[in-house]
Amino acid sequence: MELLAFGKTGWGDELFYATLMTLAVSVTAMLIGFFFALIFTPLKLSKNKFLNLIGNFYTTVIRGVPELLVIYLFFFGGSGTIMFVASMFGYFEYIEINAFITGSFAIGIISGAYSTEVFRGAIQSIDKGQFEASKVLGIKKHIQFYKVILPQMLRLAIPNLSNVWQITLKDTSLISVTGLVEIMRQSYIAAGSTRDPLFFYSFAAVLYLLLTYFSMKLINKLELKYSRGY
Amino acid sequence: MDFELMINSLPKLLNATVITLKLLSLSLFFGLFIGFLFAVLRMNKNPIINKFAYGYSYVFRGTPLLVQIFIIYYGLGQVEYLRSTVLWVILKEPYWCAIIAFALNTGAYTSEILRSAFQTIKLGMIEAGKSLGISSKIIFYKIQIPIAIRQSLPAYGNEIILMLKGTSLASTVTLMDLTGVAKYIISTTFKPIEVFIVAGGIYLFMTFLVHNTIKYLERKFSY
Repeated sequence: MELLAFGKTGWGDELFYATLMTLAVSVTAMLIGFFFALIFTPLKLSKNKFLNLIGNFYTTVIRGVPELLVIYLFFFGGSGTIMFVASMFGYFEYIEINAFITGSFAIGIISGAYSTEVFRGAIQSIDKGQFEASKVLGIKKHIQFYKVILPQMLRLAIPNLSNVWQITLKDTSLISVTGLVEIMRQSYIAAGSTRDPLFFYSFAAVLYLLLTYFSMKLINKLELKYSRGY
Repeated sequence: MDFELMINSLPKLLNATVITLKLLSLSLFFGLFIGFLFAVLRMNKNPIINKFAYGYSYVFRGTPLLVQIFIIYYGLGQVEYLRSTVLWVILKEPYWCAIIAFALNTGAYTSEILRSAFQTIKLGMIEAGKSLGISSKIIFYKIQIPIAIRQSLPAYGNEIILMLKGTSLASTVTLMDLTGVAKYIISTTFKPIEVFIVAGGIYLFMTFLVHNTIKYLERKFSY
């Protein structure tokens, strides 16, 4: 237990901050994912063949390639790409991008592919009559989206989004390979310096379990809120 | 775009794909047994057995696969007692540690897939079997299992694809699988995009094959 003490003697405070870091990366990645879903869901639902192809390409590639490979692409490719863009503007110094940003971006793109599928499924399962009825009532297109489609879509999407959240949360453990100090990386450091990997990795597992358990509780509450009236 | 590198790295990556496929097939093989065992335990009426099976699948589905591999590879080596047993022959090899972790992980997901498949079987089918005087053992083997297999095919196909992607984590415990070799080439040439296209292409091709095989089986076993 003294291994987990707070302060200089134990790893308690380090692991606590690492847990916050895991949460921060997960939330950022989830939001980046929503942003991607916002772009790609309309593309996947579009009647235009070309736009459709772009949408399908994104979700198929990202969901068919290991997360770790995507992370390596961003980790090794990220600063290279930015330096290339910067060189076009006449800046030739070495640029190193923050591990938090690359990590959240890599996980965000993965999470976005899953979110896109969830939103697409949710929109497609809304009754066609709802679109027609709001059209007949003369509701404007964007109001139709915000007041008619979105509330119904959220109700259908939340159970599946909670799965995406779980996947995203667990995927953040992979960013530890880039050196960002989240739960996995911190446990790795602690295990290395105390020579007690069994304890620290098991404790990491407990931390992840706690995170998934409490976030599920929270999501269930949201689910209840959005299923009012059904 | 460095096409020469892409062509040169292809044989190395294809070689590594063999390891990825070995890891995948062995973990799916063991995982299926584990999954079946725990699905049966989950349906047991004894609350202790039931809770135990639920706990197993909850823990393995609620923690990252990376933690599970690290616990088995780095963690178990620390237990002095294990080092003196026969098990150590297996546990000192990263290859088998990875397979154990993958099998336990996919076993947890498979048990959930099979359980829900068993539960969706209509009671009428079992009752019909009973009324025909078929023993409950034969009902289980000849009625419940075939229907459950058909029911669980689509979800199990997804699980195979998830596991295929999961095998990439073997590269974190020094194994040179497809992702491991890809990372090595990237870190020596600093050409991440080219290598990603080739390695990602191989993964996509495998996903495509799994997807279509499952689709074919679904059509074959549909009733």
